[in-house]
Amino acid sequence: MTYATVPDRHPPSPGRRGWYKRNEIAVTPWLFLAPAILFFLFYVIFPIYQSFTVSFYSWDGLSDPTYVGLENYRELMDDSAFEVSLWNNFKWLVLYLLAIPVGLMIALFLNQTVTGIRLYKSLFFFPFVISQVVVGLVFTWFYDPTFGLLNTFLGWFGLPTVNVLGDPTLATYGIIAAGLWPQTAYCMILYLTGLNAVDPEQIEAGRLDGAKGARMLWYIIIPQLKPATFIAFVVTIIGALRSFDLISIMTNGGPFGQTRVLSFYMFEKALSEYGFRMGYGAAIAVVLFLIMLCFIAYFLWSMWKEEKGH
Amino acid sequence: MNLKKTLVGAALSASTLLSGAAYAESHSEPLTGELKIFLDTSNPAPRATMEAMIGRFGALHPDLEISTTVIDRDAYKTQIRNFLSADAPDVATWYAANRMAPYVNAGLFEDVSDLWEEPEIAENLASTKGAMTIDGKQWGVPYTYYQWGVYYRKDIYEELGLSEPTSWEEMKSNCQKILDSGRKCYTIGTKFLWTAGGWFDYMNLRTNGFEHHMKLAAGEIKWTDDSVRQTFANWRELIDMGAFVDNHQTYSWQEALPFMVKGEAAAYLMGNFAVAPLREAGLTDDQLDFYQFPKIDPDLDFAEDAPTDTFHIAANAKNKDAARAFLRFVVSTEEQTEINNAANLGQLPVNASASIDDDKFLNEGFAMLSSNSPGGVAQFFDRDFPAEMAAEGMQGLQEFMVFPDNLDDILNRLDKVAERVYK
Repeated sequence: MTYATVPDRHPPSPGRRGWYKRNEIAVTPWLFLAPAILFFLFYVIFPIYQSFTVSFYSWDGLSDPTYVGLENYRELMDDSAFEVSLWNNFKWLVLYLLAIPVGLMIALFLNQTVTGIRLYKSLFFFPFVISQVVVGLVFTWFYDPTFGLLNTFLGWFGLPTVNVLGDPTLATYGIIAAGLWPQTAYCMILYLTGLNAVDPEQIEAGRLDGAKGARMLWYIIIPQLKPATFIAFVVTIIGALRSFDLISIMTNGGPFGQTRVLSFYMFEKALSEYGFRMGYGAAIAVVLFLIMLCFIAYFLWSMWKEEKGH
Repeated sequence: MNLKKTLVGAALSASTLLSGAAYAESHSEPLTGELKIFLDTSNPAPRATMEAMIGRFGALHPDLEISTTVIDRDAYKTQIRNFLSADAPDVATWYAANRMAPYVNAGLFEDVSDLWEEPEIAENLASTKGAMTIDGKQWGVPYTYYQWGVYYRKDIYEELGLSEPTSWEEMKSNCQKILDSGRKCYTIGTKFLWTAGGWFDYMNLRTNGFEHHMKLAAGEIKWTDDSVRQTFANWRELIDMGAFVDNHQTYSWQEALPFMVKGEAAAYLMGNFAVAPLREAGLTDDQLDFYQFPKIDPDLDFAEDAPTDTFHIAANAKNKDAARAFLRFVVSTEEQTEINNAANLGQLPVNASASIDDDKFLNEGFAMLSSNSPGGVAQFFDRDFPAEMAAEGMQGLQEFMVFPDNLDDILNRLDKVAERVYK
């Protein structure tokens, strides 16, 4: 900064330019990308590769692994616990999507200007801020068969006690309901921001054409909320597939393993107190990864299509 | 030279007043270097006990640099795999019997059979030697253990005119009277499964005996065997009576305590660690009492569950001399008396020469285990059975307690798991 250099007005002779100078345009983006690529390779691609490899071995995590080929996968095929976990994952995927329409409804309801609406909005958003562990505990107490609010409430109507988390057929639905509480709040906030971006002129035009109520919502509002819907869909699907903490807190996979999902089962088999089957756990992880891959591929494809459209 | 060493040792022990004579004899050379100790005793009382004990050991060896790491008890169970192989401490806590097997087989625990040949340990610790033995060698030393049995509400029994049952028939008839009075006979919380393992242990030890139980744990008897079915049939009698609290699959063992405190259930099959929270909840020693699980087959000897907690030397330890000295110190008569007293761990000392604190339950437990358990002493379901078998087994036991009709399905499933685990 202390002195200015006189710009060199002679064009640099091609023979003397450095390699970097000659390839600057091609190389620079890769230089900027290099840290990210390295980390991605090391922390994402490499572990995925490792999971695939480990899944072909029988390994207790301590002694030497032995190669067993596809044995772990063959065993998965007639493992009833795996089947239960897979089904539960499916239930989570389908029912968790309820968060989207419910979140939309609450967002539409809250999208008005009355005194204190900010307070109401934040109250509705509140469950998303609480940790999943707390949500799990709160719902565990809510469902408790002896002193829980749910059964006290049922008692007022003379209905029999329901032990939601102790009943193998109900428990998964009970946990999903607990998970929907914060997830709905998340979808709601996505739609609230989306509603801000809705074009008032289009609504005006629609109103002139006589659209109102459900038709207005379906043909004018919802198409404009497409970006918000897409994000809500993505986070809900991912949320459903990562449903681990609620299960761990509320039922610990029980009663007798009926509320496990794949991620929980993998943890139990490979990493928990009695889990010494790294290979089997890795095989479950691979299956879970393949399921996720379907969704990820779909998301990437639709994003790519979106970008090409513009 | 030898005499001189002994004299120095004796002088050292006299000056500190803490170390045992045998200990001083075998270790008169000052220990140097660093000693890394990993502990899973993360609850406040055991933690303080252990830290005080290590403090006393440190005072004996001023040249030894001791570092202690306390890890949360549950987290420890998964971390031990990593730290034993990667960055091994010299000494680490763990559990006896089959819970050691994965680490013994992987060569991560040091063979300490030499310690067990020393007369001081061989004589005083004979009763737990079996639990520390795998492949004919010993892999660590115990530092505490505790009895299992039925803790019951004495006041409720008195109110109903019942006495401690001495036979299976009496246990059932007592239970019927308790049920008739509108209470449950036994509280239990099976959310974390292992409590059901305690019931199975006792049902099988009383129906088929210790030898059978250990053969089942070793995979030599099938789950679908008629003898095992008989165990479940006996257990089912209680289940069909409605002896256990409802919805137990939703509760942890702590959450099942209030049923007993409030008098809604009359008894709890548990380890001695249940006494402390029951006392804290307000039950006095007049209300709370203990009995040994009665015989089912009168021809079988009593055999009990008494889980043992242990110290081990890591195979990759750097200071094995100091680690061995520490293990000797832990099992010495004085330390065993001190760390197991009611103010500290409140459990039973593993050293036969140690004295037991004057506590009703410790006395009863000690009398039971030392003179009234001729059949043998088991560790506990999840310590006697291999890890995988234990996990699947306990899940099946919980299912059986809720849906006894699923028994065939459960037993077939367990046999399938056993085929893989024991191959």
